[in-house]
Amino acid sequence: MTDTGVRETSAVTDAAAMTPARDIRPPRRPGGPGRVRRGFAQWAWGLAGLLVVVLVWEGYKLLGPADGVVVGGARVLPRTTDLAMPHVWEMIGRLAEPVTRSPSAQPLWLVVALAALTTLGIAAAGWLVGVVVGVGLALVMQRWRIAEWGILPWIVLSQTVPLIAFAPVVKSWGSRVEIGAFEWQDWMSVALIASYLAFFPIAIGALKGLQSPDRIHTELMQSYAAGYWQTLVKLRLPAAVPYLLPALRLGAANAVIGAVVAEVSTGLQGGIGRILIQFAGQASGDPAKAWGPIFGAIVLGLVAAGSVALLGVILKDYRRTEEAA
Amino acid sequence: MATPAVTRPRPTRGHGPSPRTETTLRIVAPVAVGLLVLGAWQFLVSVVGVSDYLLPSPASIIEEFAAYWPSIASAMLITGANSLVGLVIGSVLGIALAALAARWRPVDRMSAPVVASLAVVPIVALAPVLNSMFGADSQFGRQAIAALASFVPVFINTLRGFRQTTPVHRELMRAYAATPGQVLRTLTLPTARPFILTGIRIASSLAVISALVAEYFGGPRGGLGSLISTSAASSAYARAWAYVVASIALGLLFYLVTLGLERMLQRRAPQAGGRP
Amino acid sequence: MSGQTGFREARAADAAVEISGVDKVFETRSGQVQALDTIELTVAAGEFVSLIGPSGCGKSTLMRIIADLDEPTGGTLAVFGKSARQARLDQEYGIAFQQAGLLPWRTVAANVALPLELHGVASAARASRVAELLEMVGLSDFADRYPDQLSGGMQQRVAIARALAEQPRLLLMDEPFGALDEMTREKMQTELVRISAETGAAVVFVTHSIPEAVFLSDRVVVMSPRPGRVREIVPMRLGTDASARAARTEELREERSFFEMVTAVREALHGSPVATGPRGVEHR
Ligand SMILES: Nc1ncnc2c1ncn2[C@@H]1O[C@H](COP(=O)(O)OP(=O)(O)OP(=O)(O)O)[C@@H](O)[C@H]1O
Ligand SMILES: [Mg+2]
Repeated sequence: MTDTGVRETSAVTDAAAMTPARDIRPPRRPGGPGRVRRGFAQWAWGLAGLLVVVLVWEGYKLLGPADGVVVGGARVLPRTTDLAMPHVWEMIGRLAEPVTRSPSAQPLWLVVALAALTTLGIAAAGWLVGVVVGVGLALVMQRWRIAEWGILPWIVLSQTVPLIAFAPVVKSWGSRVEIGAFEWQDWMSVALIASYLAFFPIAIGALKGLQSPDRIHTELMQSYAAGYWQTLVKLRLPAAVPYLLPALRLGAANAVIGAVVAEVSTGLQGGIGRILIQFAGQASGDPAKAWGPIFGAIVLGLVAAGSVALLGVILKDYRRTEEAA
Repeated sequence: MATPAVTRPRPTRGHGPSPRTETTLRIVAPVAVGLLVLGAWQFLVSVVGVSDYLLPSPASIIEEFAAYWPSIASAMLITGANSLVGLVIGSVLGIALAALAARWRPVDRMSAPVVASLAVVPIVALAPVLNSMFGADSQFGRQAIAALASFVPVFINTLRGFRQTTPVHRELMRAYAATPGQVLRTLTLPTARPFILTGIRIASSLAVISALVAEYFGGPRGGLGSLISTSAASSAYARAWAYVVASIALGLLFYLVTLGLERMLQRRAPQAGGRP
Repeated sequence: MSGQTGFREARAADAAVEISGVDKVFETRSGQVQALDTIELTVAAGEFVSLIGPSGCGKSTLMRIIADLDEPTGGTLAVFGKSARQARLDQEYGIAFQQAGLLPWRTVAANVALPLELHGVASAARASRVAELLEMVGLSDFADRYPDQLSGGMQQRVAIARALAEQPRLLLMDEPFGALDEMTREKMQTELVRISAETGAAVVFVTHSIPEAVFLSDRVVVMSPRPGRVREIVPMRLGTDASARAARTEELREERSFFEMVTAVREALHGSPVATGPRGVEHR
């Protein structure tokens, strides 16, 4: 099961993640304490990794020159002043403090969490649209090979170019498009861009999955005189699960990225993208505050990807990818 | 054991076209789809009358492209340079850390969760604070974003490549009493090379996208991203689209160059792939 | 169509498979490949016929044409008096491949139930039929396991149970025991003989093993390669009706008549009397 990377993947993602778990999965063992212990160890190591990042940050802040390292007129290492690099504990401590000095202000973490929830909602809407369009396209491409030949090269090509650049243009659609009672809302522009980024990995993962059944299985279905729909439901969709899950996870991560970027470029209020920019603007007086929404965005990405991973737990029986040959 | 099913072409659905027709269709079909979309677009704009702010016509975009070529070219240069610097830094760091992770288990265990998280979080969110860390007039914030974004696929693919050496080869090296350096040169690197190149190819597109998107988050103007948002903000939609087209061209350039590099190095060593 | 009466009626009506003048030419990028050349073969209802021949002589292709998984380029083909396509749509045959081909996300029971499910058998009837089939192949205790928890031989038995699920009058088997070790293989052969006797189904069986073909079959069809042709059809004298087949036991493998027939098939396969098998020479 080597993959030299002929498999094209979303440009906004990485290749390894597109492969079904087949080649990275440890040998199956009956669940039990061993599994739990391994899960715990993984968390511990991850925390250690995080600690290293923090240590590097604080170490450089302690030892690095105040004006950073400038080579040939370009600053290659950052300034270490408290303004440029606040202490990690300051960033975290700032989360508990109120956003502004006004007495009625909410704490920063709450503001960030609410904004993150708004963005998550928009990203989820975009993700759903991306799933529908991506799986739909994959079904069409699987059904008619001429469609695959006609569409797939464009999908692959469009992954390699920064089409997301058109995000600011979509803003112009807001409140100008009206179809009957339907009026184009600003958040829809954001969801549209999120769905656009989500759909690539899903379309490609779904197509791969739908095409993954071995000849022996398709012929078995043929020998049962099973029609297209029966083959789809009993064979192709279950077989696609191990391919779909990583694709859906990447789609979710992409939807979050798309939503954040689109919020920034369309200037939509209420989401995390907006406060990212807003708090960064106040960084000269309150440098630690700018990190609040960054932590929010990180958690947002992890939550989105993690929710899809939960789906994988539910569908675990479909992930017994070891061929029963 | 005879397993003929493996060596045969994949099953046709019903009875497929003959091999020669297939080759032709594989070229004709995408071209036809492309022309169809372009035609439908122009039709929507010039016959149905879709307004400019929704979708400018291809013709007007080309016009703007020609009219603003000097500014487009310099913007491509700025964004392209940022992407390139980011790609190089990210790739070097990715390969180096992957080599460490392949060598020392603790590094692997500590970096795996961090990199996995990095793959799903919006890295561009760092853009505003990077601008204040490196100074508002510096392009380095964008380069750092591009570097972080490229780092992820390069690291993951390289680590994968380093793990591809088969036990039989490693034991052979042991039997030859090869030094670690020799093992690296004659076995590990050639096996990992296709994986590294794939990582860089994927990273190339990511670098351009990230460098461009980072411009939406503030910092010095003049790059493609900031020009797109300025044009869109001043309702010059066709011009904004012209810059979008330029970004596409830039992304394609990066992709094709890295693809060419991959092909070139692969051809020189066709058997380097770690297929067992 | 349960038991002997149904099987006799079928025999009176139609042969299980009637092949006349079937050709198969594959179009490939590097030109045409003639896989089969004017094949003539009739398999009576309830008869056990093995196809044997060197690799690439078209055994699988012939079987796939009978199963309507491929179309012949010439000649005619009837399965129980119908076209191959109609026979497939009517589910006249069950099929087992060299690999078990179980769906990894289904339990053993659900794998066996698959064809019943596809053809709308009610779930109560399905459950009892599945239990019956698993009993027959001796896997009742494994109904809730997943394929990856079974050995190769057990997987193959599940595949055979699946092929028998709808009581087909014809079983098509393409090297079903090819991946098994010799011990399991002999056990499976004995079981297959028993099952085919019990159900009265006709069997077309592809194999590379001469003793296997001899042990199982009423007739052995020896094929030659490039283009695939029927070189010779060797009748076995081990008893050709179902009751005689049921009498075939492990002892048969040691009997003199068994070795004689092995020799006969081997000579047909090599195209001339062979002097290599010392026992064969002795018996002449
Ligand atoms: N789909 C196909 N396309 C092209 N050629 C094919 C195809 N299927 C079979 N052939 C060719 O037809 C010939 C017969 O193949 P077939 O699989 O029937 O042989 P076989 O007797 O089953 O061999 P084995 O014992 O190895 O399974 C071979 O030369 C093979 O290369
Ligand atoms: Mg075969």
